Amino acid sequence: MKNITTIILAAAVSAVSAVQAADLIGVVTFKGTPPAEKEITPLMDNADCAALHKTTPTTHFYVVGPKGELADVVVALKGVTGKSTGAGAPPVVIDQIGCLYTPTIVAIQTGQKLVVKNSDPCVHNVHDKPTADGNKESNDVQMPGGADLTYTFAKPEPFLKFQCDVHPWMFAWVTVFDSPYFSVSDKDGKFVIKNVPAGKYTIEAVHRKLGAQTQEVEVKDGDVTVNFAAFEVK
Amino acid sequence: MSSNPQNQSDLWLFRFAALTALVTFLLIGLGGLVTSHGAGMSVPDWPNTYGYNMFAFPISKWVGGIFYEHTHRLLASAVGLLTTILAVWLGLADSRRWMKWLGLAAFLGVVAQGILGGLRVTLHLDSLGVFHATIAQIFFILVCAIALFTSRFWRALAAGQNHFFVSRGLRTLVLATTVLILLQLIIAATMRHQHAGLAISDFPLAHGKIWPDTSAAALARYNALRVSVTEEAPITAFQIELQMVHRVMAVAILILVAACAWQAWRRLGGNDSLAKLALFWLALILMQVALGAATIWTNKAADVATAHVMVGALSLVTGALWCLIGFGRSAASLSEKQPLGVFGVQASMLANK
Repeated sequence: MKNITTIILAAAVSAVSAVQAADLIGVVTFKGTPPAEKEITPLMDNADCAALHKTTPTTHFYVVGPKGELADVVVALKGVTGKSTGAGAPPVVIDQIGCLYTPTIVAIQTGQKLVVKNSDPCVHNVHDKPTADGNKESNDVQMPGGADLTYTFAKPEPFLKFQCDVHPWMFAWVTVFDSPYFSVSDKDGKFVIKNVPAGKYTIEAVHRKLGAQTQEVEVKDGDVTVNFAAFEVK
Repeated sequence: MSSNPQNQSDLWLFRFAALTALVTFLLIGLGGLVTSHGAGMSVPDWPNTYGYNMFAFPISKWVGGIFYEHTHRLLASAVGLLTTILAVWLGLADSRRWMKWLGLAAFLGVVAQGILGGLRVTLHLDSLGVFHATIAQIFFILVCAIALFTSRFWRALAAGQNHFFVSRGLRTLVLATTVLILLQLIIAATMRHQHAGLAISDFPLAHGKIWPDTSAAALARYNALRVSVTEEAPITAFQIELQMVHRVMAVAILILVAACAWQAWRRLGGNDSLAKLALFWLALILMQVALGAATIWTNKAADVATAHVMVGALSLVTGALWCLIGFGRSAASLSEKQPLGVFGVQASMLANK
């Protein structure tokens, strides 16, 4: 009888916990016509890199789908700090493929590992340029086939720049949060922030070129949908 | 050419000093290419290169940005060697004590410049690049001055054999203009070492206006519309205002150098060497204005931006040499009435060399 009571209590606690945390989901869209991207012609002037491409790659500051779906928007709960679970979170990976960073926009937590790979047959230097006090700048060589490089950052910082100075068109931007409540919109413009505790929040969506937008949300007993539909070049 | 061994020795010293100045000028150009290509940190270690002794780094690995940074280091080493030899040569062969000090200053300058360049890499400090670029300009003036002081032209000038007295007003005007050019080059170095690309991408207007809007909304729009292959840090109001100051100063320098050339021509006559030098200076400034415009119209193409850096260096050193000659001629004129001549050396002694 005692065991049954314990099981019932545990189930009840679990059910209460489930309703106290929910996912924030949504879609980010772009309104209007984005600025034209540019061909990365210096890449094709470099024999090592040009050999890895059949056509000249372009910049991709505005990754916009046919219905305006906007990728690479960093969405997060604003003002939530001191909640990092980064030390136990799986690493986030950036690769160097065809003398380009893939992906170019990622987000991690403080203390979470960021792994940088080199899948290219040529040397890169991986140069991170943080601006927040407490985050350390470094500049590392990564030979072809070389070991992965691992980075962690102690302080939150938006769009921390990674670059390769050997190939100065190579950039990646890493946003560091002090909590796990963030997401980056995919090619369909979709984002999911998981397991948000019940409460009222300001949710902020930031595109590196288009700036930030915010909305107020309240998480109660189920998933909440928050769409950002007003990104545009004003 | 005289067959006097002393004159021959002086001539070779001058030639060597001129060679050092020429290689220094090329080094400034190569340094400009490093920054124009955003390659300053492409070799992460110093004084080694990717773990190799700098001089043993395989040519097959001189790729991408590494090519510019590594060749810059090699040429800098050559300038270091040339400057060291020049300093020793001056110490041993030049009878003028102040020239020995100038040689020592050049040696210390090139050592400091090398260390500064290395620290810029190892400490990851972009701001040191501004000092590195500024000291390069001052060092270039120094080695050009040494070349001038070891030339026959200077010895004849010191002996009071050269032309007319240069008025204080004209000398002051040229000196003030030269200082303004130095300030302009420091502003330019600050702009370049922020690695923000073009803060203003149109010319002669600035973001479509005579004076650009730098409000938060305007900045957001500039950054949203700005699609660049490299150097994609967002631009700031400070960067826009700095480029506007650079443009305004360019106009001021153009007017001042034109005034210098006109005054030199009017006061000294068209055949005077300083009048010709002032006209050459004006031609350089006109070329520099055209290169500045081209830098913007080509979206800061690396070769155009680097040519802008090199002509800027030539403009500065031309003004500086004009000042030295102008002040030297005035001092030489006075020395005919006084026991001491140019930089404390009796004119008659120099004339006899």
